[in-house]
Amino acid sequence: MATDVISESGGKSDFWQGVRLSMPVVVASAPFAVLFGALAVDNGFSVLEAFLMSALVYGGASQMVGIQLFGQHVAPWLIVLSIFAVNFRHVLYSAGIGRRIAHWPVIQQALGYFILTDPQFAVAEARAASGQTVGFAWYLGLGLPVYLFWVIESALGAVFGKLIPDTHVLGIDFLLPIYFLGLVMGFRKRPLWLPVVIASACASIIAYKTVGSPWHVSIGAIAGVLLAVILPPHHSGVETRP
Amino acid sequence: MSTTFWIIIAGAVATYLTRIGGHLVISRFDNIHPRVEAGLNAVPAAVLTTLVAPELLNAGPAEWAALVVTAVVSLRGGLMAMFLAGAAVLIVARQFVG
Repeated sequence: MATDVISESGGKSDFWQGVRLSMPVVVASAPFAVLFGALAVDNGFSVLEAFLMSALVYGGASQMVGIQLFGQHVAPWLIVLSIFAVNFRHVLYSAGIGRRIAHWPVIQQALGYFILTDPQFAVAEARAASGQTVGFAWYLGLGLPVYLFWVIESALGAVFGKLIPDTHVLGIDFLLPIYFLGLVMGFRKRPLWLPVVIASACASIIAYKTVGSPWHVSIGAIAGVLLAVILPPHHSGVETRP
Repeated sequence: MSTTFWIIIAGAVATYLTRIGGHLVISRFDNIHPRVEAGLNAVPAAVLTTLVAPELLNAGPAEWAALVVTAVVSLRGGLMAMFLAGAAVLIVARQFVG
């Protein structure tokens, strides 16, 4: 009985701890959700379709690219391929986070992968790196508010899109890079952090200039990961772990 | 059903495949080679960096100031503190340098 109570209250506080960590993500992504909704309607989506895309795809950058191409009357298969290309980095997240959530029941894992966004991965990975378990309640607390706000704000943006004020003065177009930089800094204690960051930064900038967006993300990421793979294991600190 | 609807459904399926695909591939192996593990450990820094670095090309003084403050605050403070500090610097700086 006593242990039941403890584990239950532990799950609850885990959930709320996750919710607390989700707040910067909710704030940073809000303008983009509203902007997506507004642009979607602008490009020929109905309000319901904008809502559906946010609820089912749930990937900000890929949604923006999708509606942009839709507005330019690009062939449907090419739109889907572009969404896939923009989201391709999630393959790496998925491979990384699988080690942390393998102990969950399959249904929970299936749901967990559905909400595996950039911040979701980074914050969960940081928790795992600090030696704590990534539990389902905590993970859901982190992801659910972001999802709900994203979907609701997309719909609101679609309905009231024309009312968006000057995004530049308010700085909201640059909130995500700031947030992502903070996440990058959070991993600075990891072995090979600086070489990986430098390799990824250089490769992504070069790819951005030559191949173009969205491929610079996958190319830059692969450059950093390959560097970590190629360098001798004693640099990467893997074999020193229990 | 409209074409738009099918684009959304196909886009959603494609996205979910990227989110579960890496796990499905990796989980087929019993042992993870140390080099593969080193690579996986590099994933967060590698991917997140690519979401910031190209932004530097289009950034001006206000954005640079915000990123520097974010980096400095992140050495001490938590995620929320550094995010708010960076955002505050950005908004204030843009009032002056646009």
